[in-house]
This record gives sequence, C-alpha cells and structure tokens, in this order.
Amino acid sequence: MELQARKNNLIRLLLLTILVPALNIAVHGLIFIFFRDSHLPAILNALLAVIWGAAGIYSIYYSLNWLVEQYPDPWKKRLLPYIFVGPAVVLLGWLLVLPTLRTFYLSFLNYNSEQFVGFSNYVAVFTDRLLVTALRNNLLWVFFGTLACVSLGLLIAILADRSSFERLAKTIIFMPMAISFVAAGVIWKFIYYYQPEQQQIGLLNAIVVAFGGEPQAWLSMVQPWNNLFLIVILVWMQTGFAMVIFSAAIKSVPEEIMEAARIDGAGEIRIFFKIMIPYISGTVLAVTTTIIVFTLKIFDVVMIMTGGQYGTEVVATQFYRQMFMYQNAGYGSTLAIVLLIAVIPVIIVNLRQFRKEGSF
Amino acid sequence: MRPHSRKRKSKWLVNSILALICFVWLVPTFGLFVSSIRPAADIMQTGWWKVFPHRAWQTVDQVELPKETDLRTPILVQGEAYSDNQLRTGVNVENERLIWENRRARIINVQQKEWTAITNFSTLNYETVLGGKSYKISLPGGGVKTEKGTGMSRSFWNTLAVTIPATVIPIFIASFAAYAFAWLRFPGRRTLFVTIIALLVVPLQVALIPILRDYTSLGLNGTYFGIWLAHTAFGLPLITYFMYNAISQLPKDLFESAFMDGATNFTIFSRLILPLTVPALASISIFQFLWVWNDYLVALIFLGSLPDVQVLSMNIANLVGSRGNDWHLLTAAAFISMLMPLAVFFALQKYFVRGLLGGSVKG
Amino acid sequence: MSWLKRKQLLPAIILVLVFAMVLSACGKSNDQANDGNKQGSTIKAESGTPLANALKGDYKGKKVTMYGPFVDADEVKFNESIKDFVAKTGIQIAYEGSKEFEGTIAVRVNGGNAPDIADFPQPGLLKGFVKDGKVIDVKSFLSDEYMKKQYNQSWLDMATMPGKSGDVMAGVWARSSVKSLVWYNKKAFKDAGYTIPKTWEELIKLSDQIAKDGDPAWSIGIESGAATGWPATDWVEDIMLRTTSPENYDKWVNGELPFTDEIVKNAVKKMTEIWFNPDYVYGGRKSIATTSFGDAVNPLFDNPPKAYLHRQAGFITSFFPEGLTADDYDWFPLPPIDAQYGQPALISGDIYAMFNDRPEVRAVMQYFTMGDSLRTWIQSGGVTAPMNDADSSWYTNEQERRMAEFLKTADTVRFDGSDLMPGAVGAGTFWTGMTNYVSGTVDLDKAMTEIQAGWK
Repeated sequence: MELQARKNNLIRLLLLTILVPALNIAVHGLIFIFFRDSHLPAILNALLAVIWGAAGIYSIYYSLNWLVEQYPDPWKKRLLPYIFVGPAVVLLGWLLVLPTLRTFYLSFLNYNSEQFVGFSNYVAVFTDRLLVTALRNNLLWVFFGTLACVSLGLLIAILADRSSFERLAKTIIFMPMAISFVAAGVIWKFIYYYQPEQQQIGLLNAIVVAFGGEPQAWLSMVQPWNNLFLIVILVWMQTGFAMVIFSAAIKSVPEEIMEAARIDGAGEIRIFFKIMIPYISGTVLAVTTTIIVFTLKIFDVVMIMTGGQYGTEVVATQFYRQMFMYQNAGYGSTLAIVLLIAVIPVIIVNLRQFRKEGSF
Repeated sequence: MRPHSRKRKSKWLVNSILALICFVWLVPTFGLFVSSIRPAADIMQTGWWKVFPHRAWQTVDQVELPKETDLRTPILVQGEAYSDNQLRTGVNVENERLIWENRRARIINVQQKEWTAITNFSTLNYETVLGGKSYKISLPGGGVKTEKGTGMSRSFWNTLAVTIPATVIPIFIASFAAYAFAWLRFPGRRTLFVTIIALLVVPLQVALIPILRDYTSLGLNGTYFGIWLAHTAFGLPLITYFMYNAISQLPKDLFESAFMDGATNFTIFSRLILPLTVPALASISIFQFLWVWNDYLVALIFLGSLPDVQVLSMNIANLVGSRGNDWHLLTAAAFISMLMPLAVFFALQKYFVRGLLGGSVKG
Repeated sequence: MSWLKRKQLLPAIILVLVFAMVLSACGKSNDQANDGNKQGSTIKAESGTPLANALKGDYKGKKVTMYGPFVDADEVKFNESIKDFVAKTGIQIAYEGSKEFEGTIAVRVNGGNAPDIADFPQPGLLKGFVKDGKVIDVKSFLSDEYMKKQYNQSWLDMATMPGKSGDVMAGVWARSSVKSLVWYNKKAFKDAGYTIPKTWEELIKLSDQIAKDGDPAWSIGIESGAATGWPATDWVEDIMLRTTSPENYDKWVNGELPFTDEIVKNAVKKMTEIWFNPDYVYGGRKSIATTSFGDAVNPLFDNPPKAYLHRQAGFITSFFPEGLTADDYDWFPLPPIDAQYGQPALISGDIYAMFNDRPEVRAVMQYFTMGDSLRTWIQSGGVTAPMNDADSSWYTNEQERRMAEFLKTADTVRFDGSDLMPGAVGAGTFWTGMTNYVSGTVDLDKAMTEIQAGWK
C-alpha cells in the first residue's frame, strides 16, 4: 500500500516539476508577446508593464517555492537554496559572466580579433604613456574620492541625526544623486568655466577674480590638479549615497547602549569611535568597497567634462575610446581585464571581513 | 543645569556646521536653477549670481575723444593722461572708473559703482523643454511652416515603464539570493558568492555586444523585457552585496526560533527578513531607481531611440541640438528630470527609522 | 499647516507632474495632417530599378530602419524631406538619431542589430565595416552610368573603399557642407573699411591692420568635450590643400605621407602664423584650447566686436546669436596660399551606407541619390547637396547658394582628412596631438610624432 502511495507521489511530483516551470514560461511568454506586438497609449503601457514586472517576479518565486515544498524533506533542503539563488546565478552567468570570459579571451587577440598576440596587449597597456597616466589618475580617484565620500558621508549622517532639520539636510545632500551626469556636466560648467577676460560666468573664477587673482582653466590647463577638481564633482554627487546608507546604519545602533555610555560619563567623540564605529563596521566596509569599485570604473564624469584629455584620462575612458571609437577590440578588452585585476585586493579584504564575522 | 546647556550648545554647533555644509552643497544646483530661468543670451554673458543685488560699475557718462587721437601716446581724458592699456582694463579715478566703450570710435565710459541686479527672467527654457521645440521648415511653394517637437510626456512614461520593474525585479532576485548566501548552507555557496562580488567591477560596456547579439537572435531587442533583464543583471552584484550585508547582520537566533516554530524558508524570508531589512531595501532601491532613471547608454543600445520607446535621458540629450548649440535647454531639462527621483526619495524616507530591530529578539 | 504634510506632498508632486505632462501632450503636433509638399516635386526612376518598383507600390507597408548622428532640428528637416517619398511609395522610413552614434554603431553592427541604412559623417569609420564585409555594395543595384550621372567623379572615388574581396562602393553621398569658410561681421567690416582678402598675404595684412586698430583679428576655439581639437585639424587640412598638391593630400590621408614629414609640419607652422601671434587671437593662444568651438564665434557679434574673423564650416550659423540677418554676417573662402594650387575647397559630408539587403531598402538608397530627396532640407537651410541634379535655385539662403557655387567652381575639392583617416588617428591622436601642441604641452616635433603613432 505504502509503495503504491509513494509511487503515486513520485508521479505527481514529476508532473509538477515539469508543469510549474512550463506554466511560468508560457504565461510570461504570452504576456511578453502581448506587450511587444500591441501599441497601447504610453500611460497604460507603463502601468501594465510595471504590474507585470513586479507581480511577475513574485509569482515566479512563489510558484517555484511551492513546487519545492511538495518534495520530501531531504530534497527540500537541498533544492531550496538553488531556487533562491537560481535566477540570480542564471541571469548573471548569461549576461555578465559569459561576456567577461569573452573579454578575457579577446584580450589575447589583436584589434579585429583575428590573430593571437599573447601578452603583447598587456605589455602595451603598462608601457603606453597615456595608459600609465590613466592608471595614476585612477589611483587618485580611488584614494581621494573614497576618502572624501566615506568621511563626509559619515560626518553628515551623524550630524543630521542629531540636528533639528534632519530630513531637509539629508534631502539637500542627496539631491545631486538624482541628477543625471549630463546635467551635472552643465552644472559644473557654470562653476569651472574659464574666460580669459575679467567677466566670468564660472563661479570659481569669479571668486578668484574678486580676490584679485587670475582666472584659471581649472579643468584643462591646471595639470595634474584638474583631476582633483573632477573628483570634487564626484564627491558632490556620490556622498549622498554614503550618507543614506550610513544614516540607516547608525539608526540601527541601539539607543540604550549609547545612553548607558553617556550616563557613565563618556563624551560624544568617545562614543562615536568606541561604540558606533565598531557597530557599523560592516556597513563602513560595504560602502567603502562600493565606492572604491565605483571610482575604479569612473567614466561618465570624466568623459563629459574633459573627454579624458588634458591628463585626466582614466582606464574606463581609454577603454571606451579603444573599444568603440578606434575599434581595437584587443586593446579595449585588455583594459577591462586590468580593471578586474585591480579590484581583487578589495574583494579579498571583504571576504576576510565576512569570514571574521562568522557568517561565511 | 550643566548637562542641559551643554546639550543645547552642542546642538547649536551641530546645526551650524550642518547648515554650512548644506549651503555649500546647494550652491551648484542653485546656480543651475537660476540659470534655467534666465534667457539663453544672458546665461552665456553674465554669471548667474548677478541676479542678486550687487555693486557693479555702471556707466553714468561718456567722453568722446577726437577721432585722430593717437593710441600709442598718453591719452588725455579730463585733464589726466592715461595709457591705452590702462583704459582697456579700466583705471580708477577717485570713485569713478574710466574704460573704453568703443576704441575705434574713441568713446570712453565714465562709470560709478552702484547697486544693481540683472533681473531678466524668462521661463522660455522650461516651455521649450516641456512643450517641445519649434522648427521652421520652408515649403517648396514658398512660405514657412512651424513644426513642433514632441515634448517630454511620452518619454516620461516610457522611462517609468523601464525604471520601476528594473528596480523591483533585481531587488527581489538579489534579496532571495542574499538570504540563501547568508543563512542557507549548500555546495558551491562560496564560489558563487565570490563570483557575484567580483562582477561588481565589470564595466557594463564589455557586455553590450554579446548581450545584443543574444537579444537579436531571441527577438528581445527593443522590448521592455529585454532592458529589464539587462538592468537587472547590471545591478545584481551591487544589490546582492548590500542585501547580503544587511541580512547577515541580523541576529541568527531570530531565524532559529522561527525555524523551530515550523516556518518554511520562504515564510521566514517574506515575513521576517524583508520587514527587518527595510532600511537597507529602501536605500538600495533608491539607488537602483536613480541609476536606471538616469541611464542613457543601456537604453540606447537595447531599447533604441524611436519615439515610442525613447527614454527621458535620450530625449534630454537630444535637446541640445546636433552640435550642442542649445545646451542652455539642459538647465531646465535637468530640473524636470530630477523631480521624479526626488519624489521617490521623499516617499521612501519614512522607512529610514530608528530601532526597527529593537525588541524583536526577546521572546 | 497640515496641508504641507509630507504625506500629501508626494501625491501632490506627482499630480503636478502629470498635469504638466498632459499639458505638454496637448501641444503635440499632428504629423499626418500636413502634406503640402506634393506640388513641385518629381520623383522619377528608370523602369526596372528598385525605386521604380517602389513608386508602383510594390513595397507598400514595408519598413526601413535608419540610424544616424543628427537629432533635433536636423532630424525634423530630414523627416520633412522624405515625406513625399513615403507618401508616394508607402514605405515607412523610421529614423533614429543619437549623439552617441560613433560609439554605438559598432555595437549594433557587431551585435547583429545593424540598421538597414546608417548615416556616416566619417567615411573613416565606415571603412572598418566595409573591410569586415558588413556593408552592401551599392553598385550591385545602381549602375555605373547612373552613378556617374548623379555625382562628380571625386564623390564616387571617396565612396569606393576596399572590401573583403576587392573594392566596394560603400554608399551614397547624401549631404555635404563646405568648410573653408571665414565668417565675418559684415557691418563692422564696412564701418572699419576693411576689404575681403583674396590671398593669404592679404589675409595676414588684414590681421595686422585689425591689430593696429587695436583689436585681435581672429576668434578661435577648439574645445569640444571628448572631440576637443577637431577645429585645429580642419585648419591644418585647409592649409595642406593650399600648400601642397592634391596627390600629397591624398597620400597624407591614406597614411603614406607621415605627419612628421616637412610638408605637414609646414602646414602646421603656417597655421601658427595666425594662432600663436599674440596680437591676432582673441584671448591669446592660451584661450584656444579652452574656448568651446561654438562659443568662439560670439566675440564677432559683440557690440563693439571683440574679434573680426572666424574660420568654420557652414553649420556655425546655428550658434550665432538670435536675431541676426544676412545683412549682419557673411563669409569669404579661406584664401589660397600658393598660387599654383588655386582655390581649394575642404568639404565634409554624410554618406549613407546599407547594411541589410532588401528590395525596399534598395529603393530608399536609390532615392537618396537624387537631389530631390534633399529638396525641402535645402530650402529650410543648413545643407549643401552633392548630387548633380540639385538645382541651385532651391537655396533660399543666398549665402548657402554661394557655398554651393563655390563648391562647383573650386579648383580642388577634398574631403575633411580627419574624417577619412581611421578612428585611432582621425578621431584620436590627430585631435589630441593638436590640442597638446596648441596648449603648449608638447612642441611641434613631439606632437607630430604622437599623432603619427596613431597609425600603427
């Protein structure tokens, strides 16, 4: 009897395993075709698309999870993690990992990918004057950009937390993040603009002239300091990111601990360094990592403000030039791989931290 | 009394430092705003801060010298002699200034410092950006017709249709994955996690051609679904990383007690984890939303720039004209484009509350 | 006060936004209504050709995709100019424009999503695709005699590029613009009593005269974001045409004549006769690399003018201050330097290349070889036609008509060299090398070596 029941169960299970994914694909496929072929008014289109996207993803997970729940216990435990990470792994594997592998492969070929050239692309990267400058600039970006963003973000988060106009302050600091890079280009054009005569329309030069100095072409002629002026733009735009994350983090530090310390007579600065920082160290590392990676990849700001000229080129702008403007696939791919290599130390530090926290 | 006044003094200190920082932060954006309500010609000629009252040299009188005056010898003006160069840059005499108005016509301006403000304002920039530019076309039979551009409404809705799912989908996928990486044990966990973090640094341009190729053969090109997938993939490493951070910082006993109570992983995830990580979720959602909203390149490649799928960023970029001759329109366009992400930021602000975790572990 | 509560602020913002969008939607134009173009246009085609079939209605309802770098006003003019064709043949031409054209066309072609037709303002960029065999040879459906009738031989030569197996006619020239123009403030010239120079010596003498009268003669700017330096390359190319033979110019563009050769160096030195003379340039040499190319023309129209001459292609009129008329400004051709090389003209243009072979695409390509396809664009201003059957009476703008005449009567016509060179040089080291030289970062020899290094 029990054997029969178990067999029935197995068949039922098998059927479901095929049916549930198939149903998912069918339903979503139909909706996809509907969207592609119909021409709805823009508003309706947007609304339906949003509903489909949001509800769709939830339903996929829900149905797959329900499927796995039907399995006997030991199988359940084994399969569930893969359901959870499955979509992420599949998407990333297809859309990011495969292209990266392909890039790695291309970095050993020549410019139109027809000849194998071994390591000569890599040698060229490290000996070309332009690229050595780019690497140096990236270092400047990583160091100064990260330092400024993290420290300012933390400072502002704490100040805002204690101030009387927290929400307003956070919105003001966050606002530059909402601005696209193209608009930021225009904004900072009004700050850095250079005109040879007395009438200035750039704020910085106007201040300099008002104090009796000579107007400077901050972004082009003042090398290598022009990199720092570009980094200022990034700090202006990205500190909001650090601030928002830190703000959430310091709010999760239990108030009781801090009150207890205050009652014990500890000063604010002591509390900050001895209690808060350790508590949010994970977040600090996360934000720092993210900003380091972001500054390694920096592209839009440089491209829009100076096009990567006047000694401001970074690896990403060179990559864009080589890959798309000069159509040199080998060289371009090499630059992308160099970026990947450059981030390895950061990843190692992160992994060590995770292991220390015990969750890894 | 002492702790009270110390607290008040420190609050005053905090407020003033913060106010200073906020002021400096606001200046660039404010400059843009002022420029956006000025006419295009003014933007290029005078600094935007000149709309505020300031003291500037204003011409009160003019002196005309005889046409044959030799510019190389000292020039006599009102009894004093000056050099040509001095008159070029302006020479201060008592509280007046003498400066050339028109060298060839030998006209000199006599100026005095007065309070003035340049208050030419116009909303033309906004009107043009919102309502579309007007172009003049000449007809073969003579006569001119005016063609109007399309304005921003269509691209606004398109961008919304792209951005919201491209935010919701990766958040979901990443949270599920982060939960599994943080609390579930399975083979391959470490390798997969390291790979995902390593992908953080891959510049998305390397993926453009391969993905485009696959999309074209699958027919996903130019569809919303395709661009959602692309944005999801590009955003997943960062979001997964962040959610992993947030989830792994939650106390383990929470789940063990829930697990022992018979809850499935899915329920734990949706009923326990998600609510507890709401601040992190809210933060990372804002960033993903922002990034997709302002994105230009990915939309250009995978969606295209035909009017029925064009996104806002493309619309704005094209406003400047083929050679960038109308860049003053960007001042207004930037503001309009900023409104939506700011609205989202406001809406999600209330999730950044303190003490969400306090009290949930007891009992 | 509760009115201002944040909770109601968000919906309020959204409401305002929606309201604004709806308002703007009301101002949308109705493209389909206006069709006053029918009179005066004649599209004729030899029977049997793809265009003739299209006119018969064979391809009604088909769609042809097009991708190009022009947007905004030019896109509107383009769409207007094809209206007649679309109405007569029923073929839909869907044009997409993007300012990132140069970067993204490679992605699209290599990613399998090439547009049916693409507009290349740089033939050098097209060369790469032709070599890979991705471009359709237009000679496969347009006969030699027909092409010779429509275009001068030099246009046909410039469209011929080496393909995977032999030479290919890579596309059809659809638009052109003249570049060797020096713009000046007409009124100011008259007031100051200056005359138009006919030779380079006269030009230098004029600059001297203006300097003596106390103003810098030239306003020059080469800043252009990622493309900074391109106006300098235009100057060098113009001077090359005036100081050496057309054959040398072609060799230089092909890479056979290196930048380090004396001929090229001499051309650059000639340019610096003007550029590096502190009395000749508004703002001095150090402002050249930091002044945007579009802003550089403003000093000419200040009151009083701060500079008098500006050398630039015809499109610069869209950067002129509002409200100027043809009485305020005019142009004269950059004068010859060496009399034996006559009066050359440097031009640029757009070549339309075909990536997907279908009969309706062939019909559209054939249409683009006819001057008629440019008619309304010419009338609206901003473009010169390279085809022979474009009537000079179409030009409503006197200055543009003179440009077309100049093109026809020039002794030598050559395409902008940096647009013909491969991207690494023409859109790379040539731009950056010239910028570095002008800004003083490197000296002439080092700059030329740097530029030449892009050829490897």
